[in-house]
Amino acid sequence: MKNKNIIVVDYGMGNIWSVLNALRYLGTAPQVSNDPDQVRKADTIILPGVGSFRKAMETLRSSGLDQAMIEAVKARGVKILGICLGMQLLGSHGTEDGEIDGLGLIQNKVDKFTEKELGKNKIPHIGFNSVSLSDKKGLFQNLPDNPDFYFVHSYRLPPEGLAGRTAICSYGIDFLAAFEVNNICGTQFHPEKSQTNGLILLKNFLL
Amino acid sequence: MLSRNFRLQKVGDLRWLQKNYNFSSVAFSIDELIVLDVTRGEKDIALFCDHLKSLTEGCFVPIAAGGGVRSIEHAKTLLRSGADKVVINTPLFNNPELINDLAEEFGQQCLVASLDIKLNDDKKYQLWMENGTKPVPGNLSSWLEKINGYPVGEIYLNSIDQDGTGQGFDLNMLDYIPESFSIPVIIAGGAGKYQHLAEGLSDTRVDAVSTAHLFNFVGDGLKKARQGLVKDNFKLAEWMNEKML
Repeated sequence: MKNKNIIVVDYGMGNIWSVLNALRYLGTAPQVSNDPDQVRKADTIILPGVGSFRKAMETLRSSGLDQAMIEAVKARGVKILGICLGMQLLGSHGTEDGEIDGLGLIQNKVDKFTEKELGKNKIPHIGFNSVSLSDKKGLFQNLPDNPDFYFVHSYRLPPEGLAGRTAICSYGIDFLAAFEVNNICGTQFHPEKSQTNGLILLKNFLL
Repeated sequence: MLSRNFRLQKVGDLRWLQKNYNFSSVAFSIDELIVLDVTRGEKDIALFCDHLKSLTEGCFVPIAAGGGVRSIEHAKTLLRSGADKVVINTPLFNNPELINDLAEEFGQQCLVASLDIKLNDDKKYQLWMENGTKPVPGNLSSWLEKINGYPVGEIYLNSIDQDGTGQGFDLNMLDYIPESFSIPVIIAGGAGKYQHLAEGLSDTRVDAVSTAHLFNFVGDGLKKARQGLVKDNFKLAEWMNEKML
């Protein structure tokens, strides 16, 4: 784990400091990069992010980081973890600030919580919430039952149609809190802000 | 680092805190961390941000920071130094435009409105600004009504009278919250033992309890308090022991 070339993709959106902080705590030496060539050569990619889906996709496209990540993940089987907006970007399509395609590494589409789904709940969905795990292996090994994680988001990915390991959270409606499909992982919550539960998940990802 | 015990008393800097108390044990017993620069007079933002960075290195929860925030640029500096949220006090009363600008730039969930409240001589609640040095004209309930319309994610109600005493929260302040109030409430000032935290959380008007009392830092006071709350069926987030890592 120590010698891996871990790249945290920096495209100007998101609290990279906290992510680096957690990765370093786990004994790794992550690199921050906005260079597509470096991302192509990574062993492990972490895509953080907070903010607008559209703005993020536009930035990733104009810098060529989108293709670099897709190539690394599809052609070389590099492991990727998308966090919060970063997980949403792995999806096929987003609707924040107008329709736009995502990286398409998974086929699920990102959409806003609807009023009907929310009921009395407010958006953003913010704070610790518990999730239910499809199993306790891989990304989810060593976690407690129904672990709590820290969320801040107004958009969500529906869990349907995803063939892999999933964590589901309920906030008016069930949505995808985390997943692992082969080398592609994502968390809607912030593992770097979720105490030991988040650190355990990050450690599992880095194994 | 200032101890708020019996008024402001200088106890040492960050190194002092890390050397004398087991902050990492505290860090694994909280849902969120609030770090305030309470320096009176000219504040050194760069120095505060350096401290913030090193304090938050072993801390894996959302972090709110503030004290003297007067511009978007200042808020940005805090957010780049490990903060996830910005705590605002004085501008609530004298520069509401800034609140709107901050919310537009970083989102409503990023702002915590902090109110310093003190009982005045005729037993009425008085708000204070600028580090508790200047009274705010107007009464508590009308300010709460006004702030309810501001784009802030949380409100932090601190009793100046109780702060640092360890004698318990001033829950009477909550009587001034209007019926229509929709912002989550954090109560602060006075918690000195586990029972005080339980008292705060039992009040339906309170969403979270905050404490800076030294009992947290002595031995594993805070850790035990949290375990006690979970045992007493308060719905708190739970996570694995840090020794499991």
